Amino acid sequence: MNTAGLLTLAAGAGETFGISMLAILLGTPLGLLLGLVRWARVPLADPIVAVVVSLLRATPSVTLVLLVYFALPTLGLEIPRFAAAVATLTLGSMAFNCEIWRGALLAFPADQLDAARACGMRRGQRLRLIVLPQIMRASLPALVNEMTLLIKVSPAVAVIGVVDLTRAAVRIGAQTYRPLPPFLVILAVYVVIIGGFVLAQRMLERRVAGAGA
Amino acid sequence: MNGVAVVWEQRSLLFDGLLNTLWITASAMVVAAVLGVVLFALTLTRLTLLRRSLWLVIDLLRCVPFMLFCYLIYYGLPSFGIVVNNLTAGIVALSVYHGAYLAELLRGIHESLPRDAEDAGRAFGFHGARLVMRIVLPPVLLAAVPMLGNQAVQVIKDSAFLVIIAVEELTYAADEIQATYYVPFASFVAAVLLYWLLCLTVEGGVRIVLNAAEARR
Repeated sequence: MNTAGLLTLAAGAGETFGISMLAILLGTPLGLLLGLVRWARVPLADPIVAVVVSLLRATPSVTLVLLVYFALPTLGLEIPRFAAAVATLTLGSMAFNCEIWRGALLAFPADQLDAARACGMRRGQRLRLIVLPQIMRASLPALVNEMTLLIKVSPAVAVIGVVDLTRAAVRIGAQTYRPLPPFLVILAVYVVIIGGFVLAQRMLERRVAGAGA
Repeated sequence: MNGVAVVWEQRSLLFDGLLNTLWITASAMVVAAVLGVVLFALTLTRLTLLRRSLWLVIDLLRCVPFMLFCYLIYYGLPSFGIVVNNLTAGIVALSVYHGAYLAELLRGIHESLPRDAEDAGRAFGFHGARLVMRIVLPPVLLAAVPMLGNQAVQVIKDSAFLVIIAVEELTYAADEIQATYYVPFASFVAAVLLYWLLCLTVEGGVRIVLNAAEARR
């Protein structure tokens, strides 16, 4: 593998990083929104969200990215590869994050809400000042874990031709007829990125456990 | 809609894909379960070096995206002189990858269970393989049943990645139909619904087993 190959890999790493970060930044708050809809039992929206989340959680990212990229144009919605990749990963992580947020919301002690209500706090205030700060801390380890899962399924976007880290390696392998060296290089890159997240998650878990004790 | 009619006409292709996904998943899950239990049992060894290196490999595997692992197996095995077809490579990749996850899962359960029985077993003179087989494993495996269902769902989802090495599973079939007749929406939605059905079936099955176990207690 030469310098050009390394540059290709670096560009691919940037693509993987960009897509994953955007999907995390979009998917986490969207998951919270859906979690709140289910928690508050919003009529009509609640069952719809429940079905969509269940469906998305069962859908492989490869299939979903093909669906988003090839099917949306038939509905008259032409979207570029990059956007399709971000949308796919966002949808998947949104569904898993919804369950994480919902779990934290369901575990939230009701007496605190009653107390807040007794103090005359309105719904928005209760949510913003009482509920959110606490469930954020409770959900953080699970959310970080979901981020590592997102990065692990991110190579799925390569099937629609996005040149992410994995596809960049495939490309170099095809050019040089030696597929293993580029794969081993990106293996190290993924292990560093995902390993970093895993370590962060372990630290967070320890800190949350420490705070709870 | 026209697409739905086309997909319905090609339903046998989709059905073959579904069957392939089903048995690829099932066989990978069985091999992964055996591998996971063996790996976990080996990590209970007192040989520190063996234990450390096993966990290093397991942790490493869990940091690798499955798609990359799949490529590594598919392109890597031949350079060790092992020539396999894409289907075998796919099943091997799924089994080894999820075997590592299962070993980690068993460790988590083992750590959460009380150690009394193990200490008692040691006091009665059990050690080595017999201690693991008779005393340690049974409660761990029992507690693992619900999580095995979750892992099976993961295997189903990861099996879609095998499309990249041209294994003719469900996503491959949907892509074939899509490419031939240009009905992307109907064919991929059909595939997604079938994946959903598979996952719901697994979840339902786990629930039935758990209820039966609960009723017998």
